[in-house]
Amino acid sequence: MDKGAYDVATSSTVIDTNDTIAKRWRRATEEPAWIRVTLITISLIFVALFLLLPLSVVLYGAFEQGISVWYDAIRDPDAMSAIRLTLLIVAIVVPLNTLFGVAAAWAIAKFEFRGKPILISLIDMPFAISPVVVGLIFVILFGSQGWLGPWLSAHDLRIIFAVPGIVIVIAFGTLPFIARELIPLMQQQGKEEEEASLTLGANGWQTFWHVTLPNIKWGLIYGVILCNARAMGEFGAVAVVSGRIRGETNTMPLHIEVLYNEYMFTAAFAVSSLLTGLALVTIAIKSVVEWQEERQQRLAAA
Amino acid sequence: MAATLVKRRVIPGFGLTMGFTLLYMGLVFFIPVGAFLLYTTTMSWDTFWSAITQRQVVASYKLSFGGSLIAATINLVFGALLAWVLVRYRFPGKRLIDALVDLPFALPTAVAGIALVTLYASTGWVGQYLDVFGIRVAYTQLGVVIALTYIGLPFVVRTVQPVLEDLEAELEEASASLGADRLTTIRRVIFPALFPALLTGYALAFARALGEYGSVVFISGNIPFRTEITPLLIVAKTEQYDYHGAAAIGTVMLVAAFMMLLLINGLQWWTSRRHG
Amino acid sequence: MPILPLHKTGVTTRSVSKLAAAVAIGSAVLTGVLSMSTPSYAQSNRVELLNVSYDPTREFYREYNAIFAEHWQTEHDQTVNVRQSHGGSGSQGRAVIDGLDADVVTLALAYDVDALHQRGELIPEDWQSRLPNNSSPYTSTIVLLVRDGNPKNIQDWDDLVRDDVEVITPNPKTSGGARWNYLALWGYGLDKFDGDEEQTYEFVRQVYENVPVLDPAARGATNTFVQRRIGDVFIAWENEAFLSVEQLGQGEYEIIVPSQSILAEPPVTVVDANVDRKGTRDVAEAYLEFLYTDDAQHLAAKHYYRPSNTDILAEYSDNFPELTLFTIDDVLGGWQHAQETHFNDGGVFDRILEDINAR
Repeated sequence: MDKGAYDVATSSTVIDTNDTIAKRWRRATEEPAWIRVTLITISLIFVALFLLLPLSVVLYGAFEQGISVWYDAIRDPDAMSAIRLTLLIVAIVVPLNTLFGVAAAWAIAKFEFRGKPILISLIDMPFAISPVVVGLIFVILFGSQGWLGPWLSAHDLRIIFAVPGIVIVIAFGTLPFIARELIPLMQQQGKEEEEASLTLGANGWQTFWHVTLPNIKWGLIYGVILCNARAMGEFGAVAVVSGRIRGETNTMPLHIEVLYNEYMFTAAFAVSSLLTGLALVTIAIKSVVEWQEERQQRLAAA
Repeated sequence: MAATLVKRRVIPGFGLTMGFTLLYMGLVFFIPVGAFLLYTTTMSWDTFWSAITQRQVVASYKLSFGGSLIAATINLVFGALLAWVLVRYRFPGKRLIDALVDLPFALPTAVAGIALVTLYASTGWVGQYLDVFGIRVAYTQLGVVIALTYIGLPFVVRTVQPVLEDLEAELEEASASLGADRLTTIRRVIFPALFPALLTGYALAFARALGEYGSVVFISGNIPFRTEITPLLIVAKTEQYDYHGAAAIGTVMLVAAFMMLLLINGLQWWTSRRHG
Repeated sequence: MPILPLHKTGVTTRSVSKLAAAVAIGSAVLTGVLSMSTPSYAQSNRVELLNVSYDPTREFYREYNAIFAEHWQTEHDQTVNVRQSHGGSGSQGRAVIDGLDADVVTLALAYDVDALHQRGELIPEDWQSRLPNNSSPYTSTIVLLVRDGNPKNIQDWDDLVRDDVEVITPNPKTSGGARWNYLALWGYGLDKFDGDEEQTYEFVRQVYENVPVLDPAARGATNTFVQRRIGDVFIAWENEAFLSVEQLGQGEYEIIVPSQSILAEPPVTVVDANVDRKGTRDVAEAYLEFLYTDDAQHLAAKHYYRPSNTDILAEYSDNFPELTLFTIDDVLGGWQHAQETHFNDGGVFDRILEDINAR
């Protein structure tokens, strides 16, 4: 961080003192205005078609009949229990996947070992496995007809069609998010700083807390937000293992489906709008983090 | 011996982190997937083969793989463009758009499907105007591509963005001061630096699209041989208690996705070793 | 798969002990998650039932559970709490086979309940004879829903093969409800062509050729027809058709009752293996028997299911016009046979799809 701030400071000095070179450089490393405008316009149209409009549909549907209808839909006991269940699951899954993400990134980024591309590919796999197949996998493993089913029911343990099943399925689906965010980041940062810290006498944990963690902080937060969002929104696989017991094993996405199937479209969109609200939280957190960083840089430069 | 090892490797924690990584993946990933693959082996080769080569299934591969390839390619082009615009240019609403990119991760896929069909059906906000030109999106293969593009959108943007942010301006400046024009700089300096990230984003978007179910069923017409995706057939098989058939097709999808990821990650690892 | 070349990575006793610590933490977490499952079913003054049902019965069972709870409370001085699970009939049946702890199932077709015996050994083979009327306390039939004013002038099944008509119906391979639709068509065809299977096949094929969207589930198909305004006619259960008219647009749709149709019998049963384990058999059986009482029959009629009690059915004759009803046993020799010949892989329906594709 501090190194970057230093660079910014010196290069701005260069620009101040040598205006003509700076101008020539800028022109050479930037596109002409018309290209910039065109590229921005194309991007905005793409974003509008694929992101803004779907979001508008959800928000329009949610608030079409006024805020009180929206509020009633959220306060509905079944909706509340779906929200509570979703939060409970997130509270279990996200810390576990965070721990996993940091550990995996540390092992992969700081060390060389055979089979690394295989391990990375395996970590990526949950992105690629169809939710439909994920559901099937866990039914085959835990279902009464499955491998572990008879043993589980003999011990009166419920995994599938109960909260643990939903937890495992969502942990599976969101496994890569944090690791995937951290691995390239830590690989790129290299290990010089950690090695320096260790040679100076710090132990492994101290190095992690005071050197590595500050460096990956932003990526970690971002990964956690994504993991959180995806965990809340996971649908296809959860639908298979949840059992859809009203007020008990219906997560928010399943409750949305229930509402939609009951022709309660406004309520369905209202609950969806809560999930899209997460995107707004992302904006807020991201802005705060960026603002903090800028401030620190300014302080360091001063 | 311990002394030499410590010398070779200053950074500690390999045992702990790798141990936890493998343990966690073992519980959440290896055991379930292993059990699944084992389950597939309980059927005879003939059953397996005939399950995965039914005409209807083969037609669905074409749509699923073809549609995913097209969607991933669209995402490659527009994702790179979007990442570029978000990193390099300043314009009002930039931060909002930056945050919106994650929307496809946050929104449940079923909601996304409903929203997309609301937009693109011939009575929808966008669809009614396209209808004038005779373009039908909802309930056609085009609709499948739209849904797959939507759900894969964040991958390319989010893999390219950080690399672009960290790309050192000096390289471009050097290239420019050596007399290269902008296009040459992009082609010779920026593109090679972005290439691995583009590849990763492409692979992830493709793999994700291949398995997508929730959003597609709303917007594709689900007509067998025409607009039926492979995951829907897996659902159809399970509905008929044909777990073996479902698992067989699921295995095909699983292996295809893994091969794709392995190819890309291997390629990346190889190029990074070659370039230092 | 040698991911871990141990000799290279400097495994010391310390990192082994850390590995052990990691294993310990991991297993602790797992047992923690496992122990969250604490089943408790029957207590002295309180009992829980889980009714696993299909989509369109939500509204009906919400009200029915309340009147049954009241009845049980006065009779046995015990609070009964009925938990509900709704979804597609086939996937709900499968969930019960895979371990969903249902005390009773109330599904759309006997085939899905049969599977509980055949694949899960959860109920005896003769389950359907345990309650009156083939264990179907309420029935329905398959009708046609058209847009207001019936612009395409659709009067009977014959109109569905016309070139200018688009038909909406879900995929019978994924939707139990849609199998009734298909069988209604097939039964009508058999009658019309005096049992000629080839002509019947051609008739049904022509109808499916007019289907632009084949939704995986019944409710999705309703939304396609109603929300997206796709198609001219929607093949629907009678109760679903009434519900669509009531909830989605009074005066926007009309129900057309065909000359003849199939008697749709959504059956109910106690899941023996589960109630015996949980000790809930008495209340579960009472729950289903109570469906045949007058109160429940009136409630079923209110939710547009045809009551099995003919006297009560007669009271609602305004809603339920008379038509010739055939049963699946009459025309197709029962569900097992229908499933095998028509809906399984390589069956008649698959042939229809291939034919349509080849054209």
